[in-house]
Amino acid sequence: MTEYRAAIVVGASSGIGREIVRQLAARGCRVAAVARRADRLAELAAEDPDRILAFSHDVTDYDAVPGLFQEIAHRLGGLDLVVYASGAMPEVGAHEYDFAKDRPMIEVNVLGAIAWLNQAAIRFENTKRGTIVGIGSVAGDRGRCGQPVYNASKACLATYLEALRNRLARHGVRVVTIKPGPVQSEMTAHLHLKGAMPAAEAARRILAKSGKTGEHYLKLGHRVAFYIIKRIPSPIFRRLKV
Amino acid sequence: MTVLDPARIARVSGFGFTASADGYVYRPTSVDEVRRVFELARETGRHVVLRGAGRSYGDANIGAEALVLDCQRMRRVLSWDPASGVLDVEAGATIQDLWKIGLEDGYWPPVVSGTMAPTLGGALGMNIHGKNAYRVGTLGDQVLDLDVLTPAGDLLTLTPDDDDFYAVVSGAGLLGAIVRVRIKLKEVHSGDVRVLPVACRNWDEQFRTFEEYEPDADYMVSWVDCFGRGKQAGRGSFHAAWYLADDASAAATLRLDHQELPDTILGFFPKSVVWRVLRKLNNRTGMHFLNWAKYKAGTVLGDGKPLHQSLVAFSFLLDFVPNWQKAYEPYGFIQYQSFVPREQAPRVFAAQVRLQQEARLESYLGVLKRHRPDRFLFRHAVDGYSLALDFKVTRGNRERLWNLCHRMNDLVLEAGGRFYFAKDSTLRPQDASAFLGEEALARFREVKARYDPDALLTSGLAQRLDLV
Repeated sequence: MTEYRAAIVVGASSGIGREIVRQLAARGCRVAAVARRADRLAELAAEDPDRILAFSHDVTDYDAVPGLFQEIAHRLGGLDLVVYASGAMPEVGAHEYDFAKDRPMIEVNVLGAIAWLNQAAIRFENTKRGTIVGIGSVAGDRGRCGQPVYNASKACLATYLEALRNRLARHGVRVVTIKPGPVQSEMTAHLHLKGAMPAAEAARRILAKSGKTGEHYLKLGHRVAFYIIKRIPSPIFRRLKV
Repeated sequence: MTVLDPARIARVSGFGFTASADGYVYRPTSVDEVRRVFELARETGRHVVLRGAGRSYGDANIGAEALVLDCQRMRRVLSWDPASGVLDVEAGATIQDLWKIGLEDGYWPPVVSGTMAPTLGGALGMNIHGKNAYRVGTLGDQVLDLDVLTPAGDLLTLTPDDDDFYAVVSGAGLLGAIVRVRIKLKEVHSGDVRVLPVACRNWDEQFRTFEEYEPDADYMVSWVDCFGRGKQAGRGSFHAAWYLADDASAAATLRLDHQELPDTILGFFPKSVVWRVLRKLNNRTGMHFLNWAKYKAGTVLGDGKPLHQSLVAFSFLLDFVPNWQKAYEPYGFIQYQSFVPREQAPRVFAAQVRLQQEARLESYLGVLKRHRPDRFLFRHAVDGYSLALDFKVTRGNRERLWNLCHRMNDLVLEAGGRFYFAKDSTLRPQDASAFLGEEALARFREVKARYDPDALLTSGLAQRLDLV
């Protein structure tokens, strides 16, 4: 498994992000845990104060990112991994078209990711090394009835990450897109998902896959299923209840 | 909050690429721009690392998340007097710049390293020596005066009459940025030197040969085969060289085109690919063979027969094969050079090589030189000899190699020897304080407090050795 010495995890106060922080710290990596909720971060940092540094930040405060990114790398004494795990997925009704709910999904899932990962890309392109991990979703593979904007946000993130990957591969930088299926987290709690993967297990698999540039599903079943789902012709897909 | 230009960040490595760190690289072209970098460091709470051409092998020219002040663009010639040989240049000028300016007027840099790449500022920070160290001392001994910009903001002119001169030169770039140097070049009457190769069968012959030629040779250096064992331990090939007092072809040999290193070997094999061949041989078996072959060739070809060589070809052996350091990829190499008093040197160096052989970590290249003491603060030289060693770092040998170096360090320290920061990767804080001595360290701290009260200047080496 790839060894990291200094990492930033954005979206670290819960779910996959928090578990990634814990597992990196347990492996001896110094981790900057970035999230909005300072109290949650303080609890997390208290688990391993030598290795986990808390930085309270709202990912929609885009202008603050360049300065904070530099400050964090300075505090960490270097940087070799950036994980963007922030995500918003409010409950959206089947007939609901509420811009107030849609907007934060684009802001958090897309614009926040671009603000942070652009900084990572500049740094890693220049230092010719490093790993960028974006937590996408299988939901980005098709536009579906249930979550139009969430689907669109994750598709946008996946395409952005693919472009970064193509830009940065020649500089020795890994860009990894993770497409988890259902994971037990606060974000998905309202969905009452059956068979959802525990966040700790998802984090373990994500870190294991972070050593290989490219797009990864966390389960073989998802890989097969979405290989097929992506190829279902639109006239048929719109009649299906998936 | 001051945000640095993110595109300035780069992975910066020492020459042996065993140590590297990400830093924000600034390449100023004026003293004011250097000053601005110090201010920027203060504004952003960062350290500054001084870097010349990046030829220090270890971690003396890198610093994690620091502002890396690369002075290579400050290389203007401020004045050159062909009558006296006095050259006034910005400190980013390289040794190559020096000889290219002086040679056609009959002047050669009085002290050169094995490569012409180092900048004067970097070379003085480390106070480099050459193959004539026993005769003329270090580069610092040749300087008439210099300007140093302190992080406190003062631009000071220092001469050898100032005590601080002896701290800034040799101070490993931890006291201030040397920005200008006035130096007197050595008058020469030919672009060639007379070189005498002498094959040495063992350590005894090595040291005897040095003593024999010391009284009159202008340069002395010897290559040591670290694979030689038993009665052949210390075998190698000694070279002495003399300036030519009288050269009928001086007009031709002093021209730059006479000094150009050829870009092929034997007229057809391109040197640009030699490192790729070396890389295939760059393992214990290959290097054992190459060292043996070189020794055998030295005993048969040209032993005791003087020849003429251009100053460049004789002086800059490390520039003979371009990019040779790439033969050590991907894990790099360390250079280890220790300086031991004359009486102790035969015993200590023989023991060092024995330790290497016991550990099966023989140096692939050993170079023996003669030195004289000097008064610089972080001096490396003693009245004795130095043995410089190249060790390949592999995926699995790092810990064993560092252990070996620590055991070799102990031998050096017991013998009252010293070390050289430009080539160090393995010293521990206790080793550094043992050879520098408390008095020198106290003096360093005193100058540091005056020149750099905010402790802006640091480096990987300074942090490793607790110097700052």
